[in-house]
Amino acid sequence: MNPGSLHLTPLDSLLYLLALSGYFTAWAGYTGYLILHRDIYHRLGHAFFIAALVFHSGLIVSRAAETGVFPLQDLRDAVCFAAWAAALVYVLFHARYKLLVVGALVGPVIFISMAVYPFIAIRTYDHPDILNSLWTIFHVLAIFLGNGAFVLAAAVGAAYLLQERAIKSKRHGFLYRRLPSLDVLDRMGYACVAFGFPLLTIGLAAGFVYAQRIWGHWWSWDPKEVWSAVTWFTYAALLHERVFVGWRGRKAAWLSIAGLALALATFVFGSLLFSGHHGQFTRF
Amino acid sequence: MEIVLLGLNHQTAPVAVRERVAFSAAQAEEALGRIAPSARVAEALLISTCNRVEFVCAADDPEGCCSAIKDFLAGEKQVAPKDLSPHLYTYTGDDAVRHLFRVAASLDSMILGEPQILGQVKQSYRLAVTARSSGVLISRLMHQAFAVAKKVRKETGIGDHAVSVSYAAVELAKKIFGELAGKKVLLIGAGEMAELAVEHLIANQASDVLVANRTFERAVDLAGAFSGTPVRFEEIPELLKTADIVISSTGAPGLIVTRSDVKAVMRPRRNRPLFFIDIAVPRDIDPEINRVENAYVYDVDDLSGVVEKNLDERRSEAVKAERIVDTAVVRFRDWRLSLDVVPTIVALRDKWEAMRRQEVEKSLARALKNLSEEERQAVDRLTEAIMNKALHDPVQFLKAEGHRAERRLENLGIARDMFRLDEEQS
Repeated sequence: MNPGSLHLTPLDSLLYLLALSGYFTAWAGYTGYLILHRDIYHRLGHAFFIAALVFHSGLIVSRAAETGVFPLQDLRDAVCFAAWAAALVYVLFHARYKLLVVGALVGPVIFISMAVYPFIAIRTYDHPDILNSLWTIFHVLAIFLGNGAFVLAAAVGAAYLLQERAIKSKRHGFLYRRLPSLDVLDRMGYACVAFGFPLLTIGLAAGFVYAQRIWGHWWSWDPKEVWSAVTWFTYAALLHERVFVGWRGRKAAWLSIAGLALALATFVFGSLLFSGHHGQFTRF
Repeated sequence: MEIVLLGLNHQTAPVAVRERVAFSAAQAEEALGRIAPSARVAEALLISTCNRVEFVCAADDPEGCCSAIKDFLAGEKQVAPKDLSPHLYTYTGDDAVRHLFRVAASLDSMILGEPQILGQVKQSYRLAVTARSSGVLISRLMHQAFAVAKKVRKETGIGDHAVSVSYAAVELAKKIFGELAGKKVLLIGAGEMAELAVEHLIANQASDVLVANRTFERAVDLAGAFSGTPVRFEEIPELLKTADIVISSTGAPGLIVTRSDVKAVMRPRRNRPLFFIDIAVPRDIDPEINRVENAYVYDVDDLSGVVEKNLDERRSEAVKAERIVDTAVVRFRDWRLSLDVVPTIVALRDKWEAMRRQEVEKSLARALKNLSEEERQAVDRLTEAIMNKALHDPVQFLKAEGHRAERRLENLGIARDMFRLDEEQS
């Protein structure tokens, strides 16, 4: 593969800068709403966020068109795609739940992911054919969208913990007035996990099927496989307890934060630090 | 003509005085009919609530107006003028306007920002209209007062956050449960604050009120008032499985609900949140329950703390509200000064001249663009002549009517409304 193609073309640079500045303005708008409590800041911020997501999608499509494969060849692509998935899930959930303060939590995460994007070292991967298998695309898309939902669940979980603390301690400050009710936060956190978990399951299943077809075995104790399994069981436990025992509130919030930590650990330990058949996508 | 305001309120007069001079709606309407219009009081309006009795008048001679109102009040309510005078305040001009705007915006209320006063002021205006004691000045003044009050409510946080214990409890419930629709309320004992809280909860769509009392007959009575269900005191531990909000206000010396009662029901409740509002002293609800997951306890001190903090917040919002009032006072003054013969004629001519210019320029730039300079001037003169002819009669009317003593302001007001001369202001 020609190494030159890994640098951004002028079109990609333009799309990238538009998306980045859009996310930044959105973050500013969300923060403005948080501090000044005027809806107009949030509306403006959210309009910029959606515009940025459109440019962000354009960047991914354009990268795919240029390289001819699913644009997930290295760590840089992975970060870009993860941010895109989280942003998409946020926009979808916002349309349903209208939790205005969550933007101030999600906005910076997306912006920072995009801001570090050009600084991540890139390394060519020699066999991009793997990225053209329908199973891999399915595998990657489902897992990243699932993780996007888990990011949102953790953000909402953190908001829940702050709000619950304010109510229990009877100190009603800045955040208490701005955060929504415990019930709404709890339901949204649950909805995020309930949305992300099937995606994670489908994504993992697609990965196993692919492994069986290419390498002839379903499971190979690859570090990423192990971490993924731990993550999957954590979210499975959270959902099970929720449905059958009625776990809610603090425990559920903490567990969704722990789940995200595990999902991140899957990414870091599974790919960055240990080698395995995922390692090549994320090597420095 | 000046705006004059005379009255007393909760800060200047004790309730013993306020109740003696208060007017019912019927009394107010009847009184207004006798006060205005008269030689000394051209227009009048009367605001009478449990915290204030105030006359808002328009008069050519403010001092004469004040003594007329004072005499009227003393005679009507049979209070010696010397007993009344120490409690009365009078404002004229801008000060009167400012005071009225502050009253309507609830900046002068006993509970800063309370929402009822605007309705009461509106009702006062309706009575004045029915009694035909209000005219151009008062009408304009009152409509502007309503606009100020609305703006203050919308743009400042003066009405945000509860400032009563029972309402603070409802706000907290909303922060826990979100929507209160379908939530089950258990009232233990009785008491004004507790019952008020239940009423607020019902107003916010909480359904199903259960009432427990040591004496079952009392429970039956209270339950009737809330169209709820009376329950026996012994059933309380069992009811904790289904209730969402528990309000307790008994005279019992010991605890009614203990931590272990609550721990026992959390599993059958499937951890749904449970909110205790403890208004009793000594307390009915074990404060340790607050440490049980998904259970929340607020006692009367906690709620008072919330109220105190909210009041501070309102006070700081009131500063913003005062600025809105100040701007409105200036605007009202500008309007009142324009309500005279010469400014009205000038405004009328200016408006027509602007319309004429606009139309002439539009035509000369399009359909008539081929005209010579001479022809252009002819068009200009033609339109000006038409305008002058059209305005001649209205201007003559304003000059004649505007200098007649009676109905002068009314005619000026009608003219300004008819030609929409105050559009920018309203």
